[in-house]
Amino acid sequence: MKVQNNKAWLMVLPMLLLVAVSAIIPLMTVVNYSVQDTFGNNEFFWVGTEWFQEVLASERFHNALQRTLLFSALILAIEIPLGIAIALAMPRRGIAVSFCLVLMALPLLIPWNVVGTIWQVFGRVDIGLLGHGLASLGIDYNYTQNTLDAWVTLIIMDVWHWTSLVVLLCYSGLVSIPEVYYQAARIDGASRWAVFRFIQLPKIKRVLLIAVLLRFMDSFMIYTEPFVVTGGGPGNSTTFLSIDLVQMAVGQFDLGPAAAMSLIYFLIILLLSWVFYTVMTSLDNDAASEQGRH
Amino acid sequence: MASIHLKNLGHRYSASDAGLDNPYALNPLDQVWEDGGAYALLGPSGCGKTTLLNIISGLLRPSEGRVLFDGEDVTDLSTERRNIAQVFQFPVVYDTLTVAENLAFPLRNRGMGSTTIEARVAETLTMLGMEGRAKERARSLNADDKQKISLGRGLVRTDVRAILFDEPLTVIDPHLKWQLRTELKKIHERYGHTMIYVTHDQTEALTFADKVVVMNAGSILQVGTPKELFDRPRHTFVGTFIGSPGMNVLRCTFDGDAAVVDGLRLLLDEATVTAAHARGLAESGVSLEVGIRPESLVIVEAGARIADDPHCINVDVIGVEDLGRHSLVRLRLGQQLLCALHPEGAAIPEAAALRFDPARTLLYANSLLVEANG
Repeated sequence: MKVQNNKAWLMVLPMLLLVAVSAIIPLMTVVNYSVQDTFGNNEFFWVGTEWFQEVLASERFHNALQRTLLFSALILAIEIPLGIAIALAMPRRGIAVSFCLVLMALPLLIPWNVVGTIWQVFGRVDIGLLGHGLASLGIDYNYTQNTLDAWVTLIIMDVWHWTSLVVLLCYSGLVSIPEVYYQAARIDGASRWAVFRFIQLPKIKRVLLIAVLLRFMDSFMIYTEPFVVTGGGPGNSTTFLSIDLVQMAVGQFDLGPAAAMSLIYFLIILLLSWVFYTVMTSLDNDAASEQGRH
Repeated sequence: MASIHLKNLGHRYSASDAGLDNPYALNPLDQVWEDGGAYALLGPSGCGKTTLLNIISGLLRPSEGRVLFDGEDVTDLSTERRNIAQVFQFPVVYDTLTVAENLAFPLRNRGMGSTTIEARVAETLTMLGMEGRAKERARSLNADDKQKISLGRGLVRTDVRAILFDEPLTVIDPHLKWQLRTELKKIHERYGHTMIYVTHDQTEALTFADKVVVMNAGSILQVGTPKELFDRPRHTFVGTFIGSPGMNVLRCTFDGDAAVVDGLRLLLDEATVTAAHARGLAESGVSLEVGIRPESLVIVEAGARIADDPHCINVDVIGVEDLGRHSLVRLRLGQQLLCALHPEGAAIPEAAALRFDPARTLLYANSLLVEANG
């Protein structure tokens, strides 16, 4: 039977409006800026892909991109294994469970700029507990002047802030494994590693995928914390794509290149997330052949 | 393969349970499972069957007593070192591995050479009737095949000392249950593993096992062949739990040569009467019950012809249910209810009487069978 009225559209309308205002219109504005140039007076000229070519060719963009990729890679390489390890070590029953969960959730509840401020103060050589402590031990540590110190500070801060998320996600996967799997593994004489590899890892794979995607996207878009702690310095050494973008758009008011860079930035995140997703969901097929090679 | 001796074994889940009326999940017991026997461990849910099984396999350490395999004390050995196979209620397969790799898993963990493993896996696949499916991913199997793989991981080790089954057919399709049970039986006959099969389904227990161990509330009540359990249950629980419908259990007193139910005399056989007198049951005041299988009762027409027969007693028919081959007839004897089986199609007389067989009318004192040697 043919549907006679179109009332359904009315139901969808509020959502459409919300999405339009929150996502589609801002995105199209950016697209609009990215293909035009202006000299003020609200006069715009069509420039086509010029801004895109300029951004892609610029050394400044390449450097920021490399820094951001390195940062994300380090974050994932540390937080994912560490998160899994902590989740495995957490108790499964008893009063200690609630205690651990609350402890794990605490860093996640702190606003990002506060996290940045905490670490900015914590690491200061003159008054910070960490900075001053290291200095009094005779270790030459200063995140405002030494590139390595700045990176180490930012990475430890992010690990402190976000490993909990990986832990909680993995833990939720681990507790959903029925006890009988562990019993069967004991009957089969499986080693601790075999239990992890063939029981726990397959069961937490789905949540792990979410953890990897979230941590990748978050770390790739990190802005607030490095802005507060290092401000992108020393020099440009912690100027990630997001910080660079804000400097370009707000600091220099180069709307065209900034818009083009935003879109490129967005596409890179989309592309890499897709790669992670594809690789991790196809891991299944490799798992079997790996056992065969033992 | 091994004989298993549970020596003065008991289990409490935690020391803090000590204050309870009965702190034991498993009451202290002494039980020998013979080498190569096929045992069924039968009892209602929560009676301690799984606890007992996990103690044998070493997943659980008993709070008291020892576990001996062929006389060797294994109480402190790990599950792995005990070399036990156990199949659980829900099939456990390693999802990411293939069928063959699942079967090879316990052997690889024990560091066997790959040629031995291949041969064992191929043999096990044949045993399970799954030849040619070695390369299938375990995840994509249905529940029946997954359970076969779980079983196969036990069978693949030639040297397992016992195979334990914890209600393994619960999730299996009914029509496949028979088939799998038959296969298990065949495997048992061919390889002679000691097998212990936990179930709450009496049909499963009686068809699988040579010997059935009936448990209730943490205690083993009787160990016997299916026929022994049916004909002479040593505890009223065994009588009511086994059989469909279960045994009729009626409160009674004991007088001379009969159990007296609400003033009606049910004659007992000589051995029972002697034993009852020897224990002074007529005056002792212990709670007495009489147990009669519905199958051993015969419904006859009441009237002059049976009026003088001491084995026949008039009853009221209060209901009839059709069970297919039989009718289940609900009756009232004195004030108490009981049921009897009546051949399908045979008329049930309006004025009915029951014919009792003294040899199959059992007397229970404090729920335990009164018998000559007891």
